[in-house]
Amino acid sequence: MTAVEDRPATAGPAKEVGQARARKEDARLITGRTAWTDNMVLPGMLHLAVVRSPVAHAKLLSVDVEAARSAPNVVAVFTGRDLAEEQGSIPCAWPVTDTMVNPGHPSVAVDEVNHVGEAVAVIVARSKTAAQDAVELVDVDYDPLPVVLDMEQALADGAALTHDHVSTNESFRWIFESGEAGTGGSTDEAFAGAEVVVSRRFVQQRLIPAFMEPRSTVVQPQGDNFTMWSSTQVPHILRIMLAMTTGIPEHKLRVIAPDVGGGFGGKLQVTPEEVLTLLVAKRLGKPVKWTETRSESLMSAHHGRDQVQFIDIAADRDGTVRGLKVHLLADMGAYLRLVTPGVPILGAFMFPAIYKFPAYRFDCQGVFTNKTPTDAYRGAGRPEATFAIERIMDELAVELGMDPLELRRKNWIRAEEFPFTTVAGLEYDSGDYEQATRQALELLGYDELREEQRRRRESGDPVQLGIGFSTFTEMCGLAPSRVLGSLSYGAGGWEHASIRMLPTGKVEVVTGSTPHGQGHETAWSQLVADELGVPFEDVEVLHGDTAISPRGMDTYGSRSLVVGGAAVVNAAQKVVAKARTVAAHLLEASEDDLQFEGGTFSVRGTPGSGVSIQEIALATFAAHNFPDGVEPSIDADATFDPVNFSFPHGTHVCAMEVDTETGMVTIRKYACVDDVGTIVNPLIVEGQIHGGLAQGIAQALYEEAVYDDDGNLTTGTFVDYLVPSAADLPHFDTGNTVHAAPGNPIGAKGVGEAGCIASTPAVVNAALDAVRHLGVSDILMPLTPERVWRALHQGGDGGDRAPAGTNAYGGAQTETTAGVSTPESRLGGDR
Amino acid sequence: MTQISVRVDGASYTDEVEPRTLLVHYLREQLGKVGTVVGCDTSNCGACTVHLDGEAVKSCTVLAVQADGSEVTTIEGIAQNGGLHPMQKAFHELHGLQCGYCTPGMIMASIDLVGDNPDPSEHEVREGIEGNLCRCTGYQNIVRAVQQGAAEMRGAQQ
Repeated sequence: MTAVEDRPATAGPAKEVGQARARKEDARLITGRTAWTDNMVLPGMLHLAVVRSPVAHAKLLSVDVEAARSAPNVVAVFTGRDLAEEQGSIPCAWPVTDTMVNPGHPSVAVDEVNHVGEAVAVIVARSKTAAQDAVELVDVDYDPLPVVLDMEQALADGAALTHDHVSTNESFRWIFESGEAGTGGSTDEAFAGAEVVVSRRFVQQRLIPAFMEPRSTVVQPQGDNFTMWSSTQVPHILRIMLAMTTGIPEHKLRVIAPDVGGGFGGKLQVTPEEVLTLLVAKRLGKPVKWTETRSESLMSAHHGRDQVQFIDIAADRDGTVRGLKVHLLADMGAYLRLVTPGVPILGAFMFPAIYKFPAYRFDCQGVFTNKTPTDAYRGAGRPEATFAIERIMDELAVELGMDPLELRRKNWIRAEEFPFTTVAGLEYDSGDYEQATRQALELLGYDELREEQRRRRESGDPVQLGIGFSTFTEMCGLAPSRVLGSLSYGAGGWEHASIRMLPTGKVEVVTGSTPHGQGHETAWSQLVADELGVPFEDVEVLHGDTAISPRGMDTYGSRSLVVGGAAVVNAAQKVVAKARTVAAHLLEASEDDLQFEGGTFSVRGTPGSGVSIQEIALATFAAHNFPDGVEPSIDADATFDPVNFSFPHGTHVCAMEVDTETGMVTIRKYACVDDVGTIVNPLIVEGQIHGGLAQGIAQALYEEAVYDDDGNLTTGTFVDYLVPSAADLPHFDTGNTVHAAPGNPIGAKGVGEAGCIASTPAVVNAALDAVRHLGVSDILMPLTPERVWRALHQGGDGGDRAPAGTNAYGGAQTETTAGVSTPESRLGGDR
Repeated sequence: MTQISVRVDGASYTDEVEPRTLLVHYLREQLGKVGTVVGCDTSNCGACTVHLDGEAVKSCTVLAVQADGSEVTTIEGIAQNGGLHPMQKAFHELHGLQCGYCTPGMIMASIDLVGDNPDPSEHEVREGIEGNLCRCTGYQNIVRAVQQGAAEMRGAQQ
């Protein structure tokens, strides 16, 4: 190919897609000119503080607010009884079965509290401090009820009940059997015919999303209209759900997500506090603000994960897998929030992962406990599935005496087999697991580290080395509306975009995807710059306001670029098509004779002729000289609804040092190669991988929401809930392979969750690989030095850390409480 | 109420504050310096980091009255000659932020770190900013940004 053919002299600037553009949104974020919800001040604004239950399960005998009501600068106090008629129930949009039990979820408790941190009253005052001071003056009489914390105990006959008015602790049971679904054989038959069966019980500990910006909501009433600013991932969903919950008509509600400081699924919610702020503003006719403290956030914003996983894998002696059985207990917490029951069901399809299982059975029980509700947290169901399958593959490898990578290779889908329909019924789009694995091993320096591992074992080094794998895939780009419908999800999965061509040639892109740190403004600008041939700087991206961006499904499930970006590209292509008609008129040529390149229409074979799309925007604004019968607008809308999910994949390899004398684990090296399809901005993609890795590694090593035997969250501050710092995390060596997704015009697969989904089992497998020869076959997450040491020196899985004696919500650590644990609390209360 | 006088980002302010008012609340609520944010209530996260008489402090651990007579610099006051501070520029160029909530505190802590150690190693940066939590980036690009910012600050001083 010659240079001339490569790039005609008339071509515009280089393609934007693929460039590591520094982000547009940084300008305000690095200078402190950011519009966080809590920054908002409105004339006459009042402040809310929420009185929260200190007990996990009790009847409310009385809530005495008289002292609080007469405190200085307190304007009003509301209890559950005051708001019972209008507060409705926090919506659950994912009734996973027809018989699912939903106990109802009042925003402020009326008769009964069901977890520590549940709202029992709301103070409204002139200042935040006055409201907070008055919280102490509310006198609540609680009549304690039995507290349900352990899922296995909760399902036993005669167990105490989480909710007094509901006769069971089981919310639902959801079963998939490949033999019945027609996607594979009978699982029981597959197991009966297999030579080897390995069974394990894994625990997915409870995590807290812990976004850095605490939640905040401001509501301004204007007559019978209401504007809500909220630190939410989902302004569009929130508006619809608030209308359905409170009866305020949808067209009278406007929801704005201004700058939002992280979410990770934790702000994919309709929260009790959003409902309460709206109801109080309506009652008082005044603007109202609620902003949480960090301890409120950790205690009352939804949690994630929390599953007990019973996994059975069947195989032949040569390593060929024959079947997989999954039985999950999934902790709902006390209530069903927006997608609480759907989270484990999202994982249901991912347990078979990249392996060619001929038979598969998935059986999930959703269980109520007197704890904070769970819901989406980065990956939502898929990290849990990936952990279980990647851990059990290692266990099977040990049982068979095979190399764990060889076992995986023997069973994974080969590159030439795509598209591949799995035993769970999903059609995987594209990829090459071998290629990603080969690159990841090179990045890690695999052979040298295996050699060092051997040396350390032989010399009996107190610091042992292990290497762990995770060869993962995930379903992303939530999602095809019809598939969501078949799973009983309450909404579609399309995304909307519009493009407005301004008279001066600048471009406004309106997107229904709502960013909270991902860099949509930059990536969407790159997409549009390429499609329209306009400068990157000439594109402005508008989002997160139901009045400006009226249609949208928001940001979660690695869907923004794959679905929302695709809508933007489609809208831009419609703009070009409309502009072409105008260009033909202005150039007095046939549309068929026009070419569009670098933002300019010109007549083929007529050098020097041409009109740019930005000039056409001005001509359209003036509309003085326009083709007959054509409306004077080149703006366009598009709604994109994919027909399938996308399936990013990758190979993650962790090398881990384990100090057998102290139990300290240290990541020696972490390498991963991810295939996320076409990369629009490598800087942003790498950043998403890094952030995901940090959270996945944190699950393996640091984070756990712990409840004591009374149902108190003992990790209720950042003192006890260990979000890792820079010093706690390693350098990451990252790479990519690129197999474009066939299901969207960009070819992107989604990257937001990949690092978080893949990394956790690689880390745990690595630690176990270091110490298996010392008799350790499992260690509970997080792998604290204490647990690792116990597993090494006392056997078992290291057990739970004692939840008593922390200086969190339950009180300060003292000499008398340090290390004290009851028999119940030694079980961790929750397992 | 107690009267305090503080210089913040180059301007002088005199205000009545409650003795219990934290510096961060004074900055945000009385001065409108909302570039400085609150991320926790236990002084773990560092999102509220500002400079008090040239030293990085978590402004949630300082009472407003303790800042009486002092000079406070926030993220809103570090621009140089109308342009970005080298550390702001480095965070932008190396993608050292995503949601940006931790960023003001992270940048203020990093400038202070480089003041003490003009050429920190990767390990020294990681240890040096461990009082500031970021939930988005996994820190790798923050570490790179701090090192680049440090190099540029060294250059600026020569």
